[in-house]
Amino acid sequence: MAVTEDIKIKPSSEELLKTGPSRAPRNMGQIIRFLLLFAGGILMVMPIAFMISTSLKWPHEVYNLNFIPDEPTIENYTYVLEDGRFYWWFLNSLIIAVITTICSVIFDSLVGYTLCKFRFPGRYIIFIAILSTLMIPTEMLVIPWYLMSQQFGWLDTYWGIMFPGLMTAFGTFLMKQFFETVPDDFIEAARIDGLNELQIWWTVAMPLVRPALAALAIFVFLGNWTAFIWPLIVTNSVEMYTLPVGLSSFGDEADVAWELIMTGAAISTIPTLVVFLIFQRFIIRGVVMAGLKG
Amino acid sequence: MANLVIRDLVKTYDKTEVLHSINLEVEDGEFVVFVGPSGCGKSTTLRLVAGLEEVTSGSIEIAGRVVNNLEPKDRDIAMVFQNYAIYPHMTVRKNIGFGLRSSKAPKAEKEKRIESVAELLGMTEYLDRKPNQLSGGQRQRVAIGRAMVRDPAVFLFDEPLSNLDAQLRTQMRLEIKKLHQRVGSTIVFVTHDQVEAMTMADRIVIMKDGHIQQVGSPSEVYHQPANTFVAQFIGAPSMNMIPGRVEADNRIALSTGGELAFQRPLPQGRPVILGIRPEDLHPGEVNSVIEGAVNVREPLGHETLIYVGTSEGDVIAKADGRTPPGIGEVVKLGAALENMHVFDAESGEALA
Repeated sequence: MAVTEDIKIKPSSEELLKTGPSRAPRNMGQIIRFLLLFAGGILMVMPIAFMISTSLKWPHEVYNLNFIPDEPTIENYTYVLEDGRFYWWFLNSLIIAVITTICSVIFDSLVGYTLCKFRFPGRYIIFIAILSTLMIPTEMLVIPWYLMSQQFGWLDTYWGIMFPGLMTAFGTFLMKQFFETVPDDFIEAARIDGLNELQIWWTVAMPLVRPALAALAIFVFLGNWTAFIWPLIVTNSVEMYTLPVGLSSFGDEADVAWELIMTGAAISTIPTLVVFLIFQRFIIRGVVMAGLKG
Repeated sequence: MANLVIRDLVKTYDKTEVLHSINLEVEDGEFVVFVGPSGCGKSTTLRLVAGLEEVTSGSIEIAGRVVNNLEPKDRDIAMVFQNYAIYPHMTVRKNIGFGLRSSKAPKAEKEKRIESVAELLGMTEYLDRKPNQLSGGQRQRVAIGRAMVRDPAVFLFDEPLSNLDAQLRTQMRLEIKKLHQRVGSTIVFVTHDQVEAMTMADRIVIMKDGHIQQVGSPSEVYHQPANTFVAQFIGAPSMNMIPGRVEADNRIALSTGGELAFQRPLPQGRPVILGIRPEDLHPGEVNSVIEGAVNVREPLGHETLIYVGTSEGDVIAKADGRTPPGIGEVVKLGAALENMHVFDAESGEALA
């Protein structure tokens, strides 16, 4: 009896071929989830859209909250790009972000690998000590960093801007977690095959955590590209400014040239967009894997 | 190729001794299989030989040279791991040639060696593939190839077939055995599978709790087990163990009832365990002293395993495949006296 009913309810294969399989109706939960995600998406995109909108406005229109400028102009872009300082700041940011990223990827992965794959007394304590630095906010660290930079003569230098970020606790943690996924057999096989420990790290372990390296590189690059407080404190001369610090100098106590700041910000977003578009699959994989491990 | 000598080998982790004075000599070209349950120390022994763990005391000699303090790369060994340990980011060619990185041989010669090993393993057409494009068996061949290309004195295999399915395992077992016959190298192979041990080894080393229980050819450990552990570990299904006591005139009174008169001398009054393999125990056989009802039947086609209930639990026997006794049917089981093993009940050691 039940079989007969089933046959009646289910469409025949011929019917399915004609109409296609019917989709289950969306339930309220799905609709609410979709709406929430949509609202979240709008919230994320709004500031970027507003940044671009403002960069296309004349100064007198900046404080109007209209989204589409009455008289759109690219004058701000021309002004910023013709200002020689912008290129300096862009170059400074690029040099700092690239060098810091390379150093961070190498040092974080070396320390992460060592903490993960070597057994030595105090290993756990060292790891906890490194992790605990994550709890200290940058605002607390800038004064000791500044005093240190002053003592070593690093004020207003690339080295002074870069040194706090050459190795990161987050990167060390991330890489250690990823190296946990590399089976010890790989390391031991390489040891038997005659590689020294540094060769094993570079030839065997590093290629196996490539997604994590890419994710870390992107995080560090973006972090340094957008860093503001420390570069602002450690630099004095306009030539040593990084892009965010330089852009903020478009304003003073009397007036803030928002249209120029937004123009500079829009231009400075381009490298981060390029980096993201190239490495986005690594970021997503990296974040997913880090999430799984954590 | 070379021999391997292990003398008084002890390994402790913190204060726990996991290997207790292991002694073993492996001849040049011999295929020795370490077998035992998990945690028996077989893999630890292999890792000590490989130099992946530090020896606590004792010595390991390879080709007459004590290697205790040598780095793994200087021991002239190659190892095949359970999960193959072939690098996913390298092609088969690079994986096989990985062991030659530190070799000072010219590039052309290295290439020639890689290709000859690949040919020997039937992997020539896969040389430029990545491991994720290979089947489990092919990956295992790559792992073996990487070990072979270095032409080591001793090959170490750490449960290399465990990750393969049953059919592939049988196939690879045969291939490794053929390979050994062809290249004649010294092989130490670790497994927990007694069938692998029996089918591949020249000699089997059976371990338990960090002690060697018995070393012998597959035939020796099967037909003359040194103790109850070996008797039960080797052979499937396991040997039946029936408690008893030695009476006058070398007779054993079984706790399940009945008596058996042995020709060999047995210590009178001693509690013993009588061991009989299921394949030697049949209904209606001579010396039919074990009686009970059939609880379970497992038809295997040409024969049927029957589980016969006794006061000491089920006893497994083999019955004819065509006309096995029915469930509940009371049967009398017996075996030839020469196929019965007598063990001391206290020490578990074989008595006769």
